[in-house]
Amino acid sequence: MTVVSALAMVLALILLAIAAYTVAARRTFAAIEGFVAYGLLLSIAWVALSSIDVALTEAAIGSGLTGVLLIGAAARLRTTEAALSAERPGAPLRWLAAASSAAVAGGIAVAVLSLPDPAPTLAPAAAEHLASTGLGNPVTAVLIAYRALDTLLESIVVVFALIGVWSLTPDRTWGGRPGPEHAADPNGILAYLARLLPPIGITVGLYIFWVGADLPGGKFQGATILAAMWLLVMMAGLTDTPPISRTWLRILLVAGPLLFIAIGFGGALTAGAVLAYPEGYAKLLIKVIEAALMPTLTLTLALLVAGAPERTAPP
Amino acid sequence: MSFFLDIFSVVAVSAGAFFFLAGSIGLLRFPDALSRLHALTKADNLGLGLIVLGLLPRAGGLLAALKLVVVWLLILLASATVSQMVARVARRGGSPS
Repeated sequence: MTVVSALAMVLALILLAIAAYTVAARRTFAAIEGFVAYGLLLSIAWVALSSIDVALTEAAIGSGLTGVLLIGAAARLRTTEAALSAERPGAPLRWLAAASSAAVAGGIAVAVLSLPDPAPTLAPAAAEHLASTGLGNPVTAVLIAYRALDTLLESIVVVFALIGVWSLTPDRTWGGRPGPEHAADPNGILAYLARLLPPIGITVGLYIFWVGADLPGGKFQGATILAAMWLLVMMAGLTDTPPISRTWLRILLVAGPLLFIAIGFGGALTAGAVLAYPEGYAKLLIKVIEAALMPTLTLTLALLVAGAPERTAPP
Repeated sequence: MSFFLDIFSVVAVSAGAFFFLAGSIGLLRFPDALSRLHALTKADNLGLGLIVLGLLPRAGGLLAALKLVVVWLLILLASATVSQMVARVARRGGSPS
C-alpha cells in the first residue's frame, strides 16, 4: 500500500466515523457540527480524486451555506428541542426508519459495486466537443452547454426556495426586512472583520466566477463567496437587509433565469434547438448567462440565510 | 541544497503537526471554554504557520508560495475574530458546555 492510498483509507475511515456521529448525535447542534465537518472533509476527498470543481462546490454550498442554514434552523428550534427529544417515537417506527435507511444505503452500495470496471463514462465525449463551446473547463461545459437545461432549472429552483422562505412571513411584516436587527458594536471585532475581509472576498469570488470558464470554479461557488461577504457586512450591523418589497431586488432576483430562458429560446431561432448556442458565439453567450446569474445567485443565497421578513420597513 | 530544503520541510511540517496535536489535546483536556479556546487558537495558528513555512520551498513558484502565505494570514484573521466572539459569549456565561 502506498502512502497516498493509506492516506485515502484514513480519510475514508474518518468520513465514515463523522457520518456515524452525525446520525447518532442527540443534540441538533452537535449533528450540524458533524455535518459541516463531514462536508469539509468530503471536499478534501474530492480534491484527492482530482475533482476540484466538486470540491469547491461541496465546501462552499454543501458544507458552508447549508451549514449556516442548518445552524439558523437549529437556533429557531432550540426552544422546542427538549420537548421534541422527550417524545420518543415507538419501537416499530424506529425499526421501520432504520430498515428503510439501511435498504436505501444497501441499494446504493449494490449499484456502485455492480458497475463494470472501468465504469461507463461520458468524459471522453465531453472532452471531445469542448472546443466547440470555446471553454477550457469540461465541467463548466457540461453545466451550461451540454446539460444547460439542468442548470437553468437549478437557477430557478433556488429562486423558488427563496419564495418558499418568504411565504412564511407573517402578514404584518410582509414586504419588510428579513431577519433580526443586528446591533453589533460598530468598533467591535466583527465590524473590523466586516470592513477588512469583503475587498479580499469579493475579489476572490469574482475571480472564481471568471476563471470557471477554463479552470475549476464557476458562478455557484463565486456567488456563495459574494453572498458570504454580504452576510458578514449585514451581521456586523454595518448595513441592513433590503426590504423584500424593493423593485430593484425583485428584478435582480428573476433577471438571471429570465435572461437564461431568453437566450435559450433564442437558440431555437439561431442555432436550431432550444438552449443551443450559435456557432462561434457559445463562449460569449455562456459568459453573458453566467454574469447575469451571478447577482441573482448572490442575492438568493444571502437572502435564504437572512430568512423571512421580521421587521416592517418604511416604504 | 535540495537535501537541506527537504530536511527543512520535514522539520517544519512535523513541528506544525506537533502543535496541531498539542492544540487538539488541549481542546479535549482543558477545563473551561476560555482555556480550550486558548489551546486551540494559539496552537493551530502556529501549527498551520509552521506547515505553510515547511511547504514554501515545495510550492513550485513565487506565486504559489505567496498564495500559501495569504491562506495562512486569512486563517489567522478568521480564527482571531471567531475566538474573540466565542470568548465573549463564554464570558457572558452563554457557554453550553
